[in-house]
Amino acid sequence: MARYHCPVCEYTYDEAEGNSREGFPPGTPWSEVPDGWACPDCGVRDKVDFEPVEG
Amino acid sequence: MGTVAVEKELHPATWRDGKRYAWLLGLVVPLLPFIAWGYVQLTGLGVFWWFGPILVFGIFSLLDVIVGTDAENPPDSIIKWLEQDRYYRWCTYAFIPIQYAGLVFACWLWAYGDLSTVDKVGLAFTMAMVSGIAINTAHELGHKRASLERWLSKVALAQSGYGHFFIEHNRGHHVRVATPEDPASARLGESFWAFLPRTAWGSLRSSWDLESERLARTGSRPWTIKNDILNAWAMTLTLYVVLIALFGWVVLPYLLIQSVAGASLLEVVNYLEHYGLLRHRREDGRYELTRPEHSWNSNNVASNVLLYHLQRHSDHHANPTRRYQALRHMDDAPQLPTGYAGMIVLAVVPPVWRRVMDRRLLDHYGGDVTRANIQPRARRRVLKRYGAGAAA
Repeated sequence: MARYHCPVCEYTYDEAEGNSREGFPPGTPWSEVPDGWACPDCGVRDKVDFEPVEG
Repeated sequence: MGTVAVEKELHPATWRDGKRYAWLLGLVVPLLPFIAWGYVQLTGLGVFWWFGPILVFGIFSLLDVIVGTDAENPPDSIIKWLEQDRYYRWCTYAFIPIQYAGLVFACWLWAYGDLSTVDKVGLAFTMAMVSGIAINTAHELGHKRASLERWLSKVALAQSGYGHFFIEHNRGHHVRVATPEDPASARLGESFWAFLPRTAWGSLRSSWDLESERLARTGSRPWTIKNDILNAWAMTLTLYVVLIALFGWVVLPYLLIQSVAGASLLEVVNYLEHYGLLRHRREDGRYELTRPEHSWNSNNVASNVLLYHLQRHSDHHANPTRRYQALRHMDDAPQLPTGYAGMIVLAVVPPVWRRVMDRRLLDHYGGDVTRANIQPRARRRVLKRYGAGAAA
């Protein structure tokens, strides 16, 4: 399970956890998150700007 | 002296926050109905029921000029330290209980205070200053990740009934700021009075769409109590019903005045924050990233202290979750000629606003008016007025 973080704030999308409030149940792969989805914490960057978290 | 030692360890630099205790001044706002009442008692003058607008538009406009500006920034190395200092959080949390004590007091005055109608209307406008600036407090809290702060944000919005702001601002405005698609970014050639209905209706519609979209992803329809717009409005409805049950129908018209005028105060601030500024579309169809040049800023101390550094608006848009005490002045951001208090007064008189701001906007774009966010309806008029020199 991979993790992706917003380049602006501290938000990290963890595939294992998903984001239920946003409609992505635990286990939702990153590829199923729509491209236009903006960071739920800061709204400054979109999904396509997120960076994979190493390790 | 143990705490001092710990502080020194955490905070090795000797930088001191000059505004640290000034932030408590923000609590003057929720205290307004008590202060107004006090002045009326002391002087016997009914005009002090209008103390809210007198303070915000009159006294703070003057203080911005007298006290002047402050461009000092906390060093980058201590921003994290500054943000985790809980004292600053408590300054914003304390706003809310005082806000509601004041609202109950105002209702009591409307019902039993033996005020003339003019005095009651004056008190309603004083309460509108609380209501509107509470939206600013809600704004600070609503950007934070902690669920307690997000909940407090909703509570602070209940007085004005502007609960949908919490959705639209974070997920709509911050994404689309300084583009023609953002209802809350004002355009060149658009007066505040034209902007007000556009932003009020546009923000409402947009927040509903955003929340419906989110709920659809969770497999839910929009008409559910899980809808954060509906549950925020339910809080307002409950609040008003309780106040009417306690004090009678007499309070309703004044509650409505303070709600509409309070929301308008928030919207006039929206009007001046991004007036005419435009992010350009890149070749891939997306807008360029939001940069310091896409927000108007002001370093006037008085308004900054009153509004939790809201005027350091470029840093807020670059780092929306950053706490107010750590927001920085940015050299490359366009500057307003005075603080928000004075700018609001200009904004409600469109010819004066245009005279002061259009020239600044044009200078910001090196005289090229086509780089600005222009009101489509007014495009011909704007180009005629400002475009001739630039086109050449």
